[in-house]
Amino acid sequence: MRALLIRDLTLALRAGGGFGLGLAFFLIVTVLVPFSVGPQAELLQLIAPGVLWLGALLACLLSLDRLLALDFEDGTLDLLLTAPLPLEGALSVKALAHWLTTGLPLVLAAPVLGVLLNLAPAGYLWLVVSLAVGTPALSVIGCFGAALTVGIKRGGLLLSLLVLPLYVPTLIFGAEVARRGAGGQEVATPLLMLAGITCAVIALMPFASAAVLRMGLR
Amino acid sequence: MLRVDDLTLARGGIPVLTGLSLALAPGQALILRGPNGAGKTTLLRSIAGLQPPLSGRIEGAEDRVAYAAHADGLKAMLTVTENLAFWARIFGTSDITPALDAFDLHGLADRLAGTLSAGQKRRLGLARLLVTGRPVWVLDEPTVSLDTGAVALFAAALRAHLAQGGAALIATHIDLGIEAQVLDITPFRASAATRAGASDEAFL
Repeated sequence: MRALLIRDLTLALRAGGGFGLGLAFFLIVTVLVPFSVGPQAELLQLIAPGVLWLGALLACLLSLDRLLALDFEDGTLDLLLTAPLPLEGALSVKALAHWLTTGLPLVLAAPVLGVLLNLAPAGYLWLVVSLAVGTPALSVIGCFGAALTVGIKRGGLLLSLLVLPLYVPTLIFGAEVARRGAGGQEVATPLLMLAGITCAVIALMPFASAAVLRMGLR
Repeated sequence: MLRVDDLTLARGGIPVLTGLSLALAPGQALILRGPNGAGKTTLLRSIAGLQPPLSGRIEGAEDRVAYAAHADGLKAMLTVTENLAFWARIFGTSDITPALDAFDLHGLADRLAGTLSAGQKRRLGLARLLVTGRPVWVLDEPTVSLDTGAVALFAAALRAHLAQGGAALIATHIDLGIEAQVLDITPFRASAATRAGASDEAFL
């Protein structure tokens, strides 16, 4: 399994691997918001947690269609299926690699982009915490979407349509943690809900992903 | 070593093969013949465990099959060595030197797989069989895009594999120059009558 993780990380970092695409997208979306909303510091401060969460979520979505499609095209998935590695484990590892190359950079970049949106000083910590807890769920759910659409020509758009509704609970509770944190309110309830969602999808989603992938590869 | 009993297989919801049985002993190679669309690939994919049969049994295939099809599972941005070492670690082996030797890949070891020619990629894909350490090779047209020299390398690797007590099931149309039984699967073609209730599709 470690071999698979190392290979996926290596591929992401080499030319054409797409590392940094999500991060650049996040940066651009966040920079565009003040232009579209206007230079009202109070308004920006109000919407900053939600905008940052939405930006991170869309950036996460951007690289999902490559998660399994490339391995499908070159036959790697067929060969992995015949390997001694359980498919559930292989998909978990692929989701982990996706999070390390997409989600984690977003978490680290979010405070910097918070400055652009005039995020309240109290909100930085909770923004990072909520993203760190929530983005793994985005990768794991995204892996399920990628498994569903594998083999479909131009499945990227379909993937987005399937995955975005599944992101709703994570978005609601994640943005709520960041919003309450910025407002200096109690964050325990939404944070625990967010952590619960993440734990549940990490535990259960790989089984669903592996099941649909086995059907898709027949 | 490998037994297949009374197998019925479908592809895309349409039955292609029915009543097929075969057996492989250690050291034995079996060549599959049949016209295009006869079901050679479907049979090999079923034995590799990639698609379930409609009926019948496959014994001795689980976790013992090394499968090689038209796509070699190579990453263009990894070198030849990295590609092989990855599959070696996935299959729990570590030494890739014999595989590099057998397919004469030492000169290419540090090249990116994406820069190789079709025949060189194929050689790398076949070298992957050696690092799996699996006893049953299931090969779908292994000699596509290989030149005569590379075919000889492959035949030598296959002979060594059989000599070590391995077995091989190969769909091919060229003569590999090895001792092998030939099975023509044309007589097992499914008739329209088998169509009833046949479906291998999850979402039709």
